[in-house]
Amino acid sequence: MSAGQPPIDSSEIRRLTPVLGPGYTFGSVTDKISSIVLTRPTSFGWYMGFLIAFGLTGLMTVAIGWLFTKGTGIWGINIPIGWGFAIVNFVWWIGIGHAGTLISAILFLLNQKWRTSINRFAEAMTLFAVACAGIFPLIHTGRPWMAFYMFPYPSTMGLWPQFRSPLIWDVFAVSTYGTVSLIFWFVGLIPDLATLRDHAVKRPAQIIYGMLSMGWRGSARHWHRYQSAYLLLAGLATPLVLSVHTVVSFDFAIAIVPGWHTTIFPPYFVAGAIYSGFAMVLTIAIPLRKAYGLEDFITMRHLDNMAKVMLATGLIVAYGYFFEMFLSLYSGNKFDVFLVEQRLHGPYAPFYYALILCNILMPQMLWSYRLRHNVAFLFFMSIVVNVGMWLERFVIVVISLTRDFVPSAWGRYWPTFWDWATFIGTIGMFVTLLFLFVRVLPAISIAEMRELVAETSEDKK
Amino acid sequence: MAQIFHRSTNFIARFSVFSFIFIMGFAVLAVLQAARSPYMTRQNITREQPVQFSHKHHVGDDGIDCRYCHTSVEISAVAGIPPTKTCMNCHSVLFSNAGYLDPVRESYRTDTSIEWVKVHRLADFVYFNHSIHVNKGVGCTTCHGPIDQMPLVFQASTLLMQWCVDCHRNPAPNLRSMDKVFAMDWKPGADQEELGEKFMKERKIRTAAELTSCSTCHR
Repeated sequence: MSAGQPPIDSSEIRRLTPVLGPGYTFGSVTDKISSIVLTRPTSFGWYMGFLIAFGLTGLMTVAIGWLFTKGTGIWGINIPIGWGFAIVNFVWWIGIGHAGTLISAILFLLNQKWRTSINRFAEAMTLFAVACAGIFPLIHTGRPWMAFYMFPYPSTMGLWPQFRSPLIWDVFAVSTYGTVSLIFWFVGLIPDLATLRDHAVKRPAQIIYGMLSMGWRGSARHWHRYQSAYLLLAGLATPLVLSVHTVVSFDFAIAIVPGWHTTIFPPYFVAGAIYSGFAMVLTIAIPLRKAYGLEDFITMRHLDNMAKVMLATGLIVAYGYFFEMFLSLYSGNKFDVFLVEQRLHGPYAPFYYALILCNILMPQMLWSYRLRHNVAFLFFMSIVVNVGMWLERFVIVVISLTRDFVPSAWGRYWPTFWDWATFIGTIGMFVTLLFLFVRVLPAISIAEMRELVAETSEDKK
Repeated sequence: MAQIFHRSTNFIARFSVFSFIFIMGFAVLAVLQAARSPYMTRQNITREQPVQFSHKHHVGDDGIDCRYCHTSVEISAVAGIPPTKTCMNCHSVLFSNAGYLDPVRESYRTDTSIEWVKVHRLADFVYFNHSIHVNKGVGCTTCHGPIDQMPLVFQASTLLMQWCVDCHRNPAPNLRSMDKVFAMDWKPGADQEELGEKFMKERKIRTAAELTSCSTCHR
C-alpha cells in the first residue's frame, strides 16, 4: 500500500488490510495469545504501570474514606449544585461502558468479523467502567450504607421505593447491564479458560483456570450449547446497549431543570455513550497491541473501523447539540433561551467551547484516510474525545444547576481536591483492573481467532 | 496427561451452583425475619425497672385512670412520666413501710427523679404526638396492648414503621367513641366498620395520602 494513495474500492481496502495478519495457524494463534498470560515473563513496564495505577487506586480509597468520615462537604457541591463531579463521572464512566456490549453483542449479531479481536478486552473495559461508574451513585450521598433503600425488598418500613423516579430506574438499568455484561463476558471466556487450563504448566494455574472453565472439553455438544447461549446472551444484551444510557438520560430529562428537560436527551446520550466507548477502546487497544506485539491481530482495519464508528456517532452527537440549542431558541421559553446564553457567554462558557472543539470540530479530521491510519493520531484523538465527552457531562450537570429559574437560586460550582482525587482515583482503579486483566486472562478471544483463521484461509481458496 | 480434577468434582460443582441459590435465598430470608424479630424490635420483652411498679395492680386491680399519672397525654406530644410526688399521693399512707418502695421514698426525700427505663423508644427522627392520636379516638391499648395485665410493662407492638403505616393507611378500624379511649377492655364491635367511617368524617381525619406523607411523621 503506497502512502497517500488510498484505494477507492472498499473491497480492495479489505483485502489490503485484513482482520488477521497472514500466516497464522490454529496453533500459532493460541500460542501467541496464551503466552502473554502463561509463559512470557511479566515485564518491567507492566510492574511500573500497575504500580502507578494501583497508587491512584489508593488515592481513591483515601478520598472515599475521607468522604465517609466527613461527609459530602469535602466536595465542591452545595445547594443549588447538589450534583457535581459524582454525577458527571458516573455518566461519563457508564457511557464508556457502552462500547463493549455494542462490539460484542450488536456487531456479533450483524456478523462483523472485525469485532473478533477487540471484543474481549472491550467487554472487560465495559465491566471495569461500569464498576467505576457504580462507585459514584453509591458514594454521592455520602451515606453508602443507606444505598439498599433503593432496592425493592419487603422492608420493615412498609414502603417500596418510588418507582416513578428515574433514579430507581437507574439502579435497575445499571445493575442489569452490569450483570448481563459480566455473564456475557464470562460465557465468552469459557473455551479460552479451558485452553489456558490445558496449556498451563503450574498446578495452581491449572486448578484456577480449570475451575473457571467449568469442565469445558470442547466437544461438539459443548460447542453447540455454547453457541446458542452466546447468541441468546447477545440478543439479550443488545437492547441493553440502548436502554442503559436512555435511562441515565432520564435522570436529567425527567427533571424540569432548564437544559435537562428535553426529549432529545435519550438518543443523543446513547450516541454519546457509544462515541466515548469507542474512544476508550481505541485508547486501550493502541498501547495494548504495541506492548504485546499484537499488530497482526488488532490490525489497521480494526483501528480504521473504530475511528469510523467514532466519526459517525460524533456526528449524531453534533446533531444532538445543534437541535438541543435550536429547540431551546425555537421554543421561546425564556429559561431555555437563557440557558443557551449561559452556555455561550456564562461563567462556564470556556467549558462549552472546549466541548465543541473536542467533540465536534477536531473529530472531523477522522474523515481523512491518512489520519485514520496514523496510530499516534488516533490515540491522540481518542483522548480528545474522552475529554470532550467528560466536558459534555460537566456542562450538562453544572451549567443547568447553577442557573436555575430564579436568580436567588443561582450558584457557582468548583471541584475541590477531593473531587479530583476521587475522579482520578477511579481512573487508577480502571487501569489497575485492565493491567490485571491483561496479565491473567486472554485479552483476545483465542477460540474466535481460531475460527477467523479457518474463515480467512477459506477466503483465500 | 493426568486429570486435574477428580471425578467427584463434577458433582461438587453442580451441587455448589445449585445450593448457592438456596443459601443466598435463605440468608436474605433470615435477615428479613431477624429485622422483624423481637431481637431487633424488643417486642414482648419486659424491662427491669428501678421500682417493681406493676401496671397490672394499679390499672387492673385498682382501676386508676391512665391520665392520673400520664397527665399530658391529651395535650402534648409525650404522655408524661409522673413525678415521685404522684406516687406519694397514695404511698405516703399506703404501703408506707414496704421495702420495695424504698427507692420511691428515697427519691422523694432527696428530691431526685427515679430513673425509669423507657420501654417504647421511637427513633429521634419520628415526631410522634400522643395528643393527636388520643384526641382523634385512638385508644391507649391499641398501641400499648393490655396494660392492665402487665406486671412489668413490655412493648406490645413492634414499633416498626410498617406497623405505623398500616394504621395510617386505614385508621378506621382503630377509632373508638371518645368515652372509650382510655378503656382497657375495648374491642371493636360488629358495627365497627360503620362507626369507623362515621368517626373518620366527624373527626375530620385526613386521607391516607396525607397521613402517609413523609413529612407527617418525619419533619
